[in-house]
Amino acid sequence: MIEVSKKCIGCTKCVPVCPFAAINMIDKMAVMNEACTLCGVCVQVCPVQAITITREEASARDLSGFKGVWVYVELTETGDKTHAKKIKQVTFELLSSARRLADELGEDVCAVLLTDKNHNYEKELGAYGADKVYMVEHDELFEYNTDIFTTVIVSLVTRHKPSIMLYGATIQGRDLAPRVASSLYVGLTADCTALAIKDGLLLQSRPAFGGNIMADILAPKSRPQMSTVRPNVMKMNEPVLGRSALVVRESAKLDKSLRRVKVLERKISHDGGGMKIENAKIIVSGGRGMKSKEKFKQLDELSKLLGGVVGASRAAVDMGFKEKTHQVGQSGTTVSPKLYLSFGISGAVQHIVGMKASDVIVAVNKDASAPIFNVAKYGIVGDVHEILPKLIEALKKN
Amino acid sequence: MNIVVCVKQVPDSTEVKINPETGHLIRAGVPSIINPYDHFALQSALELKKKHNFKVTIVSMGPPQAKSVVQMGMALGADEGVLLSDMAFAGSDTWSTSYALAKAVRKIGKIDLIFCGMQAIDGDTAQTGPGVAQQLGMPQVTFCEKVDVDGRRIIAHKQIDGGYEVVEARPPVLLTMIMHKDYVPRYPSFLSINASLKKPFHIWSASDIGAEAQFLGLKGSPTQVDRIYPPPQREKAAMFTGSGNEGMAKILEIMKAEHFLED
Repeated sequence: MIEVSKKCIGCTKCVPVCPFAAINMIDKMAVMNEACTLCGVCVQVCPVQAITITREEASARDLSGFKGVWVYVELTETGDKTHAKKIKQVTFELLSSARRLADELGEDVCAVLLTDKNHNYEKELGAYGADKVYMVEHDELFEYNTDIFTTVIVSLVTRHKPSIMLYGATIQGRDLAPRVASSLYVGLTADCTALAIKDGLLLQSRPAFGGNIMADILAPKSRPQMSTVRPNVMKMNEPVLGRSALVVRESAKLDKSLRRVKVLERKISHDGGGMKIENAKIIVSGGRGMKSKEKFKQLDELSKLLGGVVGASRAAVDMGFKEKTHQVGQSGTTVSPKLYLSFGISGAVQHIVGMKASDVIVAVNKDASAPIFNVAKYGIVGDVHEILPKLIEALKKN
Repeated sequence: MNIVVCVKQVPDSTEVKINPETGHLIRAGVPSIINPYDHFALQSALELKKKHNFKVTIVSMGPPQAKSVVQMGMALGADEGVLLSDMAFAGSDTWSTSYALAKAVRKIGKIDLIFCGMQAIDGDTAQTGPGVAQQLGMPQVTFCEKVDVDGRRIIAHKQIDGGYEVVEARPPVLLTMIMHKDYVPRYPSFLSINASLKKPFHIWSASDIGAEAQFLGLKGSPTQVDRIYPPPQREKAAMFTGSGNEGMAKILEIMKAEHFLED
């Protein structure tokens, strides 16, 4: 419930920022009408803290009207400014999971798309399992912005009441989802690696303590039940070509003043043939044992031959062998390729947590007691500098 | 400007062991440390303090022994310390934790910058910082490596998927910090710890910060832990010793067996 106290000075600052035109000035006081979604933007701009939103107590909530499994669609730049943004792979992974969950619940899968221009995205979204696409097309949605995207998502959720909402556990998903959860007073489980339905509830499994334990989490008292889901973990369905999703256009009135954080400069690294490390199927990774930047370059060559992407341990990045964008581990990127080939990486815990979900790990290190061998499927105790040139030579011949 | 740094005391996850029979965490003997990302956030805030003479207040929530991370923050240079400690907070999930922290920030007063670590190494959620920002109606910049202040402009270098951005915001703003690669954690000397004992330190309960019990602890938390269990064990690695041609041949053999190369 939203209330305006006597502190209101009638400054009208809240009126233009309301995305839903839900505020009128009556007798020099702000008054909310029924279009209000409790999104909280007015609370943020009020200079005298006259507006308060009171959340319902969780146990008192009516959860019956909440239906549908929603997926937040993340778009990514292609690197070429003239090209339309692409749908990020994690979105398709989420749709595949959502399809499975929705079928079990007998509900629809809905993709939520915020963009400045639709490029027939409904075709791909439908092919991977979406029944419907809730689409907001607006110039202010040309790039991701925390405040603007939160406002739109909160309003859509309030309007349509989904039972489940999934986001990729990407930098963007992990920036957005907690704002939405906080605003709606609903549960959010981070970085899930498995989702299932248990007694009608979303059972969310996730690693904690740096992967030392697993926890199953439920959010029984609030809706939607929200999760961020780790990329590269959920199995992707085969796309059904020709299965398009129904587009439902949603409106939002967005004011420029909502953009409180402005991007001055953006740099996306597009090496590795445009393939990003988090999406790579094969990663060839090197550590301190590679000894020099020159020698590290052999890994570029090897990864090219295998159609993979180069990774690096923190030590290798710190020593300048490779750029930070290639760093795998706690302070770099978490990866889970089909094949992780590591050369001269001893395997500090911070590195291991970032790569141990890989399907097949092959580690080469001269120290037989290196911790990397604890997570490897295959361990080769040997000198990387003798093995690597031979391996490259052999693959070139093939 | 007034800065708040939020820190959490965590068990050192690099030393956490699992009882293989019960699957429970063995916490005994595992040292408690300041969450490493919060440590970086604290140092980032203290650098700004040094440059611009800002006031830094360090806030933590946890059992009474979590006082030690607040004390450490003050010994490193924070001006004031707050520990939120109350049985009412026990079992709070990220929603309830951010609710309580936001209430505490409100009580501290007018705040221009809030620094948090991007996530804690025990929960790995990265949700509390943004939750605090939302509760306070503040903008946020997450996954920052570096933050500069130029007058009323806050310039932050932040990670995005596959690259980075430089962004600008005006205070108040909440920042969550990843670690910069050149970062070296500092630890207080014995003398500075002693000196910090004279700095203002408060322990606040739920009622001190005006937090309502219905939003706190297990009862107020939207998420519940259903079950904790050990992750599926990996089989032991198939080991092989050999360099040069032998090692090379073995790798090719493995890659063929796993269908990454054709026979």
